[in-house]
Amino acid sequence: MSLIGWLQIGLVLVAVLVLVKPLGLYMARVFSGERTFLTPVLGPVERGFYALAGVRPDREQTWLGYALGVLLFSIFGFLALYAILRLQHLLPLNSQGFPALSPDLAFNTAASFVTNTNWQSYGGETTMSHLSQMLGLTVQNFVSAATGMAAAMALTRAFIRSGVNELGNFWVDLTRATLYVLLPLAIVVALAFVALGLPQSLDASFVATTLEGAQQIIATGPVASQEAIKQLGTNGGGFFNVNAAHPFENPNIFSNYLNIIAMLSVSAALVYAFGQMVGSRRQGWALISVTVIMLVVGTGAIYWAETFGNPLLTAVGVDPALGNMEGKEVRFGHAMTALYAAVTTGLSDGGVNGMHGSLTPLGGFVPMFLIQLGEVLPGGVGSGLCGLVVFAILAVFVAGLMVGRTPEFLGKKIEAREMKLAMLAVLILPLTILGFTAVSAVAEFGVSSILTPGPHGLSEILYAYTSATGNNGSAFGGLTANTPWYNTTLGIAMLLGRFTYLVPVLAIAGALVKKPRIAVSSGTFPTDRPLFVGLLIGIILILGGLQFFPALALGPIVEHFVMLAGQSF
Amino acid sequence: MSTTTKPISMLDLAIMVPALREAVLKLDPRQLVRNPVIFVTEIVAVLVTVLFVGDLTGGAGAPAFTGQIALWLWFTVLFATFAESVAEGRGKAQAESLKRSKTDLFAKKLLFPDQKYNRGSEVIPATALKVGDVVLVEVNDLIPGDGEVIEGIASVNESAITGESAPVIREAGGDRSAVTGGTQVISDWLKVRITTKPGETFVDRMIALIEGAKRQKTPNEIALSILLSGLTLVFLIAVVTLYGLALYSGTDLSVAVLAALLVTLIPTTIGGLLSAIGIAGMDRLIRFNVIATSGRAVEAAGDVDTLLLDKTGTITFGNRMASEFLPVDGVSEKYLAEAVLLASLADETAEGRSIVALAQADFGLAPPSAAPNGTTTIPFSAQTRISGIDIDGRRVRKGAVDAVLRFVGIDKSQASGAFNKAVDAIARTGGTPLAVAEADRLLGVIHLKDVVKPGIKERFAALRAMGIRTVMVTGDNPVTAAAIASEAGVDDFLAEATPEQKLDFIRKEQTGGRLIAMAGDGTNDAPALAQADVGVAMQSGTQAAREAGNMVDLDSSPTKLIEIVEIGKQILMTRGALTTFSIANDAAKYFAIIPALFLGTYPELGALNIMGLRSPQSAILSAVIFNALIIVALIPLALRGVKYRPVGAAALLGRNLLIYGLGGLVAPFIGIKLVDMAVTALGII
Repeated sequence: MSLIGWLQIGLVLVAVLVLVKPLGLYMARVFSGERTFLTPVLGPVERGFYALAGVRPDREQTWLGYALGVLLFSIFGFLALYAILRLQHLLPLNSQGFPALSPDLAFNTAASFVTNTNWQSYGGETTMSHLSQMLGLTVQNFVSAATGMAAAMALTRAFIRSGVNELGNFWVDLTRATLYVLLPLAIVVALAFVALGLPQSLDASFVATTLEGAQQIIATGPVASQEAIKQLGTNGGGFFNVNAAHPFENPNIFSNYLNIIAMLSVSAALVYAFGQMVGSRRQGWALISVTVIMLVVGTGAIYWAETFGNPLLTAVGVDPALGNMEGKEVRFGHAMTALYAAVTTGLSDGGVNGMHGSLTPLGGFVPMFLIQLGEVLPGGVGSGLCGLVVFAILAVFVAGLMVGRTPEFLGKKIEAREMKLAMLAVLILPLTILGFTAVSAVAEFGVSSILTPGPHGLSEILYAYTSATGNNGSAFGGLTANTPWYNTTLGIAMLLGRFTYLVPVLAIAGALVKKPRIAVSSGTFPTDRPLFVGLLIGIILILGGLQFFPALALGPIVEHFVMLAGQSF
Repeated sequence: MSTTTKPISMLDLAIMVPALREAVLKLDPRQLVRNPVIFVTEIVAVLVTVLFVGDLTGGAGAPAFTGQIALWLWFTVLFATFAESVAEGRGKAQAESLKRSKTDLFAKKLLFPDQKYNRGSEVIPATALKVGDVVLVEVNDLIPGDGEVIEGIASVNESAITGESAPVIREAGGDRSAVTGGTQVISDWLKVRITTKPGETFVDRMIALIEGAKRQKTPNEIALSILLSGLTLVFLIAVVTLYGLALYSGTDLSVAVLAALLVTLIPTTIGGLLSAIGIAGMDRLIRFNVIATSGRAVEAAGDVDTLLLDKTGTITFGNRMASEFLPVDGVSEKYLAEAVLLASLADETAEGRSIVALAQADFGLAPPSAAPNGTTTIPFSAQTRISGIDIDGRRVRKGAVDAVLRFVGIDKSQASGAFNKAVDAIARTGGTPLAVAEADRLLGVIHLKDVVKPGIKERFAALRAMGIRTVMVTGDNPVTAAAIASEAGVDDFLAEATPEQKLDFIRKEQTGGRLIAMAGDGTNDAPALAQADVGVAMQSGTQAAREAGNMVDLDSSPTKLIEIVEIGKQILMTRGALTTFSIANDAAKYFAIIPALFLGTYPELGALNIMGLRSPQSAILSAVIFNALIIVALIPLALRGVKYRPVGAAALLGRNLLIYGLGGLVAPFIGIKLVDMAVTALGII
């Protein structure tokens, strides 16, 4: 580890923290329906969409109506994307003449992009036509993120309002998230990416003559625009197979900074907006502190593990000062790879600028564990905020009892119904991840996809289901996931991880919005102080750790000890 | 406070022995299913027992190991049911004595209740009474059921319920008209209209409550049970899938060790003690002589934000008392005191007596032993509002300022400046001025004031530290109310309060998101008691008040609310503390069991065996034994409750997190290691 490395990490995080407040305030205004500087331009467009779709923006929905909106919209998006992928060979803008995707790959990919996972069982530049990329995948990059933001706003309103049933109008929140937040930001960031050297072209590829005089076909396309929304929407699905390790997706250190800043800032700002809207900016900062502290610790752990390197390589004569550079880009180095890995898994981004499967056992343990914690650091756009609030509810419930009052969060009492729904949401993660992993680890159709046997192979499977259920999308390499079994079950895991989480969360919002807001007294447990920050971190770590410790012990943890004992996988 | 509180001893054989028997009976799965965590433990125990029998007969496994695991799993279940039995056992004795008081009750049912002088009655068993029946209760009769006195006055011994041996007066009308079944009339007679069905009387409710027979889970207990069930499911998933993951890694885990892992991980500590905490909390309340109609009300008491207290009798002694004599216009203080003493001799009101007492105490005056002839006393009456005496040709009067001025024959503007100044000064501080005159001369003013009970200010300060606002309710005018409010240190007051205003105030506070507790005794308090989230009725109060509230204070002490709030908070805190402890324990158990499970395949995982446990089998067994013993070790804490300190929520949480969170993390590392050493030393594995 070096001072320069930590300075780089600090620079990126400070840049995000600077952006959080203006962006958060802007989003709070947008979702409260207040005027912003973009209203004169976008207001008519927004009203035009409502008129076209027959949406009455003033007609609000109960949690059930809102949840149905989310589900209907996602089902429609899923079917449309599935159709595009299956009919790719018949549709225009397919200059490379790619064939249609197989049913299981199309299912997996449609599920992946609708759930904001962006798990890619395919290589983008060798599978997808431009039409599939732009009309299929990129559209979902926008709207799946917007769906998450809408759900987060519904949950936020549950704390603002009392004694009513309505949580807002899903169609309005969806439209505003896309139109006022994601689209303008994407334009700005895409232009910045172009300036930093990312290609933006409708050409499929060009031919270069190498120094030896050979002909090389180099794939290109609308990379900058795709990269912008990939990060802003915490999607993570790269244009190229190797994602942001590819020189066209992430050519230099500055584009790398921008990549990380872009993926962190919207999610973090949404947490700030939450604080602003519930009337306590301190609450927003407290939640942001939780994420920043855990991200810094996670980054530090990866950074340390990678610079510490692999003693087995040292033994065969590799300079130990280099650390473990396998699977890393020299232009980013340890610090920026570590930060990228922690952020992409703390969020539900899933884009990578290095290969997670090539990290040292402990270095690889961290990203996997961060996803298993529920991706709340600060999590995917919207969905992360929902996860944070669920954890806050659990933390307040256990600890709040210890101050001798019925637990409450932001003035809303946490009672049996909220607990039931929160536990339902929490159960999905271990059930899906561990269930599918256990089956895949014993069945022939599961084990046969493993590249590296032993504990690393188990990590490959565990990481795949962790990533899918957490709607992350990053991979641990190695595993051949483009098989009917993995395509199907990973697709199911993604759908479960997204919707069996969001629906209970919306139901919690529906239960909370009816409750009166309880007055604060000195007997109330304050949730905007360092004590709560520490408590929330503790609850997140303990709940996540207790669920996944046995599985992790058999994967990265044992691999680490075995490596120290002189054996590698 | 309470006279019946006695230290709780775990080793009380009178409780322990029946509790052990009860604990075994409670193993009935139909009962245990109400407690999901322990129910799962029991299923697992059965499963491992079956495996043990299989091992014994088939001889494939290691029966000694499986058998010991099975044994300790059964102990885990048994310790949990034992905790509940002990908690219940403490109330049983009290319930028994109550039951004795209600057996063989007979009622003299009046045949002609409408005819006032016809006492024709038939004797029927109390159980045959119906609501609305009128019964006659005479000397030495036990009152057959709860009711309202409609005629007569009698002294009643209520010691069966309150534990207080001094008899109380019960009479028709007013605030002392309620009688309780099972209490005894010891003088005179009463006609009582029965207001409660047999079987639902106060004593019946009390018995049911003490025995815990009608115990229903409180809302918070339900929410916590859901959390615990959820965690149990999470660990079930983790353990079942571990079988597959282990198989991949080349280890075929036996069901016995997986069962051991599951039971140590699921929150058996809090699961086993959860109901004991609630029962013990209710029991503590009963020891404070408070009967709650439901656990829900006790829990709500912990959440109370605002306390509504009647001024009279709660904050002040209830009677205005003379505090000083203020002579005017050159009259000496001693002369005024003498005049006042004379004028008050015939004043039998509490105020009058306090004036006499002050004159005697401060000036050493003695009342004249015998009144000379020609003495006329003018007793105080509500109409004249003046009292006095004509003695030796002197005509001394004292009373309300306007009445005395009328006696003197002047109006206020004609009185001297010093007199008016003294009167206004007293009124401004919330006191009541009484004027004193002799013939046509004003002698001075008596300052009557409400005397705030000593120590009450400190209690309100303690409440404020808990985050509870106190509001004083009084019929006084706002000036008087404000003065007393500031003297007593309450946060707010409601002056000139009518029952409607009280009700409105409660509703207003509730819409503002606050929980209200109030204490009251009169019939006019009943609506407010019913509206309040926690309504504590005084045992000495009317039947209407007792029905409306959700708690009855047998000592009739309104400041008891403070203890009730503390008990409510204690119950929640104890649950939270043990939940935190239970979850924090799991870290150590992983470190004990996980390396033990995979020692064959991955000896490198031995690095996680930071406790240095001797062998895989002793590690697993030690974790299971620790997990069972910790329940027993924590029974006293569950029964006693975590101590509540009024220091504010943040400080309280910080402290409890340190003890039960960090303590819960560290304790099992030490505990499991000690058990492992013991197991090794005994050589039982």
